[in-house]
Amino acid sequence: MKNSKSGAGINRRTFLRGTLGGAAVSVGLPFLDVFLNTNGDAMAATGAPLPRRFGTWFFGCGMNPQRWNPSTEGTDWELSPELLPIAPMRDRMNILSGYSVLLNGEANQVHRTGVFGALCGGAPKTADTVTGPTLDVLISDAIGTRTRFRSLEMAATGNPRHSNSLRDVSSVNPAEPSALGFYTRIFGPGFSDPNAAEFSPDPNVLLRKSALSIVTEDRKRLERQLGQSDRARLDQYFTALRQLEQQLELQLQQPPPLEACSIPKAPVDLPHDTEIENVMANHGLMAQTLALALACDQTRVFNMQFSDRASSLRMPGSTDTHHTLTHEEPRDAVLGYQPNATAFVLKGMEAWTQFVQTLDAVPEGDGTLLDNCLVMAHSETSEANTHSVVGMPFMTAGTAGGRMRTGLHISGVGESVSRVGLTMQQAMGLNVGQWGADQNQTDRPISEILV
Amino acid sequence: MRYMSRILIGASVLLLFGCGSADPSATGGPLAMRRLTGEQYRNAIEDAFGNQVEVAGRFEPDNRQEGLNALGASRVAVTRSGFEQYEAMARSIAAQATSPELRADILPCQPRSATAPDNACMAQIISELGRTLLRRPLTEEDIQLRAEVATRVAEEQQDFYAGLQLALASLMVAPDFLFRVEVAEPAPLPEQPERLRLTNLSLATKLSYFLWNRGPDETLLAAAERGELAQPEGLTREVNRMVASEHLADGVSAFFEDVFVFDQFDELSKDVTQYPLFNNRMAADAREQTLRFVVDQLVTQQADYRSLFTSNQLPMTRSLGPIYGIPVRTVDGWENATLPAKQSRGGLLSHASFAMLHSHPGRSSPTLRGVFMREALLCQTVPEAPADVDFTQFTQDVAAVHKTARDRLAVHATQASCRKCHALTDPIGLGLESFDGIGKFRMSENESAIDTSGDFDGVTFSNAAELGQAFAESPLVSACLVENLYRYAVGRKQTNGERRLLRYLEDTFAQSGYQLPALMRNIATSEAFRTATAPAIEAHTAKQEPTRTNAQSDSDSTTLTLSRSEST
Repeated sequence: MKNSKSGAGINRRTFLRGTLGGAAVSVGLPFLDVFLNTNGDAMAATGAPLPRRFGTWFFGCGMNPQRWNPSTEGTDWELSPELLPIAPMRDRMNILSGYSVLLNGEANQVHRTGVFGALCGGAPKTADTVTGPTLDVLISDAIGTRTRFRSLEMAATGNPRHSNSLRDVSSVNPAEPSALGFYTRIFGPGFSDPNAAEFSPDPNVLLRKSALSIVTEDRKRLERQLGQSDRARLDQYFTALRQLEQQLELQLQQPPPLEACSIPKAPVDLPHDTEIENVMANHGLMAQTLALALACDQTRVFNMQFSDRASSLRMPGSTDTHHTLTHEEPRDAVLGYQPNATAFVLKGMEAWTQFVQTLDAVPEGDGTLLDNCLVMAHSETSEANTHSVVGMPFMTAGTAGGRMRTGLHISGVGESVSRVGLTMQQAMGLNVGQWGADQNQTDRPISEILV
Repeated sequence: MRYMSRILIGASVLLLFGCGSADPSATGGPLAMRRLTGEQYRNAIEDAFGNQVEVAGRFEPDNRQEGLNALGASRVAVTRSGFEQYEAMARSIAAQATSPELRADILPCQPRSATAPDNACMAQIISELGRTLLRRPLTEEDIQLRAEVATRVAEEQQDFYAGLQLALASLMVAPDFLFRVEVAEPAPLPEQPERLRLTNLSLATKLSYFLWNRGPDETLLAAAERGELAQPEGLTREVNRMVASEHLADGVSAFFEDVFVFDQFDELSKDVTQYPLFNNRMAADAREQTLRFVVDQLVTQQADYRSLFTSNQLPMTRSLGPIYGIPVRTVDGWENATLPAKQSRGGLLSHASFAMLHSHPGRSSPTLRGVFMREALLCQTVPEAPADVDFTQFTQDVAAVHKTARDRLAVHATQASCRKCHALTDPIGLGLESFDGIGKFRMSENESAIDTSGDFDGVTFSNAAELGQAFAESPLVSACLVENLYRYAVGRKQTNGERRLLRYLEDTFAQSGYQLPALMRNIATSEAFRTATAPAIEAHTAKQEPTRTNAQSDSDSTTLTLSRSEST
């Protein structure tokens, strides 16, 4: 951008005509009007309702059902030993116990069936298959299209492969493995402060759009050369490209001011691996960045992996991981459970509580950011020792802008996990009456927690 | 039946050019569309822009299928955040390549003025760099589309290079840059009316990625444009040239990196209390050590493939010295070392890279090592652990009572449902127990002596060196190499029709004295490598038009990357 003449860098009108004239787009209006018009309602001026957000929070290797499941239901439920860490936030959460992946005659694929059963509404049919999309992708298709990021994935374990979010098996959304990288992606170049006094769109954004539109011209020729399954992969490529174009369009317009939005300081780059204290620290940093990313409306959907499926968390100095402990540690004769493996369950509940508190610490509207979120915490097993997918642990936090009750323990013994997923979709305003496959199909949300 | 058909085929053998023995002339399976790996992307940028341009960014994780990322590359798409990264990298590379410091070195022409459009120079740059990036000559339309937009930007901004940046970035986000799309044309035989063969340009790309892990060079592209790869002489000449090239080392290295799951080094971490010696430098060196060893043995020395399992020679750095108990003189760099005989080390199986990768963060794992050996080196399948085994029925603390992994695994295999799979993995894995979780030699665990003796499919061994010897002598090991290499070359599993070809390749591999370059040459010149089977050709495909089809309907059965469940 040499040759600047005005404060904004260049004459926008001329620039737009010149840059886009040769490509597929031709525009005769000052571009600000154009882009405002195309996005009308989402980016309406101040006074619009606060955005609602959905997220998942995953912890691997489950819990001990006899110590985690509360013994009483309803609002006055008693905190169980493994839920003690959530005490400060219990009124802002729900505990959903007893919901199971009904296997429908399929084998229980260890560390997979539980998580994809819950996120996709049915047990995966064969080893290595998943019928996507996952719940978060369904919801982001509905509520995530008008923000800079469709969704954000994070792995506190420092491994980009630790993600359960997928449209189908050919496109697993990779997780951000570092707190600093995650911060830079959101608040680094390309971030536009909604509360800035003046807005000057980055003229490079138009150039970037032009580069993308050239590629789109070639789509037909490529498609002709492809068989069916590869054409579907090419479609996904163009979907990703289109989503970036939408992201760029948003950057051309002044975002409406957001009272709750403030820009955090960049976090320090800590070691990221599976050692528990590093995981706790990175998780905390990611949660803080995420909370402000949500407050600044950069995304409305997120997925946090505290630990991975078959949790590889470990204590310093130990020869074991959380996962190996769940299988190899003997049950303590007096306690009746595996004390070292269980320590990780408690760490998980502690981290989950901190996560919810971090969202609650950001004031928004008349309440807090948490009020306008719905977060679903879940795992891939109940009892990890036997890879059980019966009575899996779920928790929710936040009310999705007043659409959920909280403070309840609901026991769904014998019922499908799809009831949880259906409830999440309905709370997020999706027009879905029935969800799940085979035995896991349901048309009954958990109405006790829906307003 | 099978015997009969083999005789019939034997009667109609075709002479294979360049090799002189009988090729079973199988037609290849479905065509592939493969996403570039991170390394391939870097190589492509280097080929187009030279090595002064830095590629900064993160690539989407690869997707391992049937043991190979090369197969997953035929299944993966691009996610939204993956595309975001590609676009950012493309902009950064375009900005560097057009920067005042580098532009004179990189660009094939200079504009008349840096502050004005220059159509001829713009088109020339797009055409020449685009040819390298897209691995084909650009069409008039490809060039015009970009040149037009770039010229307008240059005009508006009075900056030739601003326009050029946009044009270059658009090449690097193009789907046919990020994916290698195989294109074929009809080549019917009387008995196979739907047979296809790769176009010359597609074959050039397939050859160069297989042999070099990078795109075709100008010589190969030019040969393809002249149609020479469709002729036996032309193909043989080019394959021979490529096998003799220094780039073959990159191709060999990339293949073994894939088979050895070395991408897992990116996330490798160890407990610092258990392994105070361990650090990231050591891990990086261990990874490179094995790859250098393999390239040195198989490419430089043209050694027998099986010697990988027995050689006591190993490139060494100072950071690795303590693991092997070898003093290393070279301060910064590599020197050749001979492994100490008393550690009973020999060959790949005793390398630090394997010991580190197939262990837990805090201890070694005979089971993980055994699974790796069975699956990656023997091409066998180890079933997943059954879901419902309750280990806690062992009420005593197994680890406290049983000091060595062998004792612990013996207790644990008292269950019939465990024994079946652990009988496959543990006996060979226990043979490597003299190497701890980072590969350091040890004679005892928890002050109990380690017993490394065992039985590998009927061959007894007493230590890691003898286990390596048993691997070298196993016909399964060389057959598995052939299978892996073929799958890697074509980006998919072999079809039933290609099984005979694999047997033929195994035979010729043996006849060549297990020379890897000879095997690569035989795969590259095989009929199956350059042809494809087509299901019904789709209606919209004109007869003369290059067509592409994909019979694989099981593309949704992709394995998700999964930490393998395992229990000791």
